[in-house]
Amino acid sequence: MSETFDAIVIGGGLLGSAIGYGLAKKGLKCVILDEGDIAYRAARGNFGLVWVQSKGIGAPPYADWTMRSANLWGGFAGELRERTGVDVAHEQPGGIEVCLSEQEFEERAAKMATLAGHQGGRFTHEMLDRKQMLDFVPGLGPEVVGGSFTPHDGHANPLRLMRAMQQGLVALGSEIRTDSHALELNAAGGNVRVKTRSGTFEAPRVVLAAGLGNRDLAPMAGLDQPVRPVKGQIIVTERVRRFLNMPTTNVRQTNEGTVLVGASQEEAGFDLRASARVSRTIAARSWRAFPFLGRARVIRTWAALRVMTPDGLPIYDQSETMPGVFAASCHSGVTLAAAHADVYAGYVADGKLGDELVPLSAGRFDV
Amino acid sequence: MFKRIPSESTADAVVFDFEGRSISARAGDTVAAALLAAGETHFRTTPEKDRPRGPFCMMGICFDCLMVIDGEPNRQACQVLAADGMTVRRQIGAAEVGPDDPIPGAET
Repeated sequence: MSETFDAIVIGGGLLGSAIGYGLAKKGLKCVILDEGDIAYRAARGNFGLVWVQSKGIGAPPYADWTMRSANLWGGFAGELRERTGVDVAHEQPGGIEVCLSEQEFEERAAKMATLAGHQGGRFTHEMLDRKQMLDFVPGLGPEVVGGSFTPHDGHANPLRLMRAMQQGLVALGSEIRTDSHALELNAAGGNVRVKTRSGTFEAPRVVLAAGLGNRDLAPMAGLDQPVRPVKGQIIVTERVRRFLNMPTTNVRQTNEGTVLVGASQEEAGFDLRASARVSRTIAARSWRAFPFLGRARVIRTWAALRVMTPDGLPIYDQSETMPGVFAASCHSGVTLAAAHADVYAGYVADGKLGDELVPLSAGRFDV
Repeated sequence: MFKRIPSESTADAVVFDFEGRSISARAGDTVAAALLAAGETHFRTTPEKDRPRGPFCMMGICFDCLMVIDGEPNRQACQVLAADGMTVRRQIGAAEVGPDDPIPGAET
């Protein structure tokens, strides 16, 4: 016996929830099959940036896809609030990467120029000198020489976003099943059958959005999702008065006043432990930029695993051997949420990925 | 609301300042216990909605007793022993740690 739906999404993290929400908005009755709280859940460690200025440097299709999502985000957040009552705390005040040396500043300027080249006139940026930076944020440390600013950047609360998308898809008549670790994919007539720990499900469309789990699921449909875990660690402080009016790459102040410090990258396999050594490293950099942060108490540090691809770009594919199966992997579950819900889900509903995503196929690794 | 349990030691040993009021406490009292014993229940206001809050757990878990103690913001009054000459203020909203905020103990 199996339950039948219009679409199955395997994985209920930020990526799967966005796709499931988008499918539900398209009128499909969809089910998200999720492991439940035992999942690694990259969303737990998402820094919450809706970030354009570091994405797709040297990779125009990814830069375009990111910009498209950032542009959709305002409307997306408003729609989620109307539908679910959940405010995902999205703001798009622009964002800054702080440069702590002349060399960092020059390298940053070169990267921004590359990104601007990819985007034609659509990417606006400015390299700010120290004096201009001080207009944005008083009290910067003496080592700050400048930074890059784009008006496209913003931030949001990742966990509220996940909850809003899940509430939204349930409100639209779709479902989420936890304790439903997917074990097997098989073609079954015109449908794809997914066997899980809690039962068997069938649908004409199946999206693999299982994060690190995609690596093992994809080959069952003749696909390749070569993802690996990259550990990221975050520090969060007590709530303090607003001092930062826009997010930076490594430090952002949430709407509630807590300050998040992050951006570590560690190849540590499936180890989820936070370490004092990494906390020291990321705290030191944030302190060099914002010395007064040394006075804020740390509430918590934790680590989570990013879903990383060999080149850092997302992967989108659809199966030839098992028609109806799609696979998606990315480490930008917040930035790309709007594009996943409002563009990508449409491609799944139509049964064909858009041409702009063809360069992001895993086929790019077969050279 | 709160009464002290009768004890053989009746001497108040410690005096500190709370918002201009002189509070007498026994040696070994936490700031929170001493203030509650003195009838004070409004310890802080919340950062987002400016609502009054006072101690709830008295054991370091709830963070509802945050105060500015000797100039240092967001200290848990239930975890700090009252000391002679201390200055205790309500924590109004979020702590100030920004570039323009005074640094406790810094020379001016």
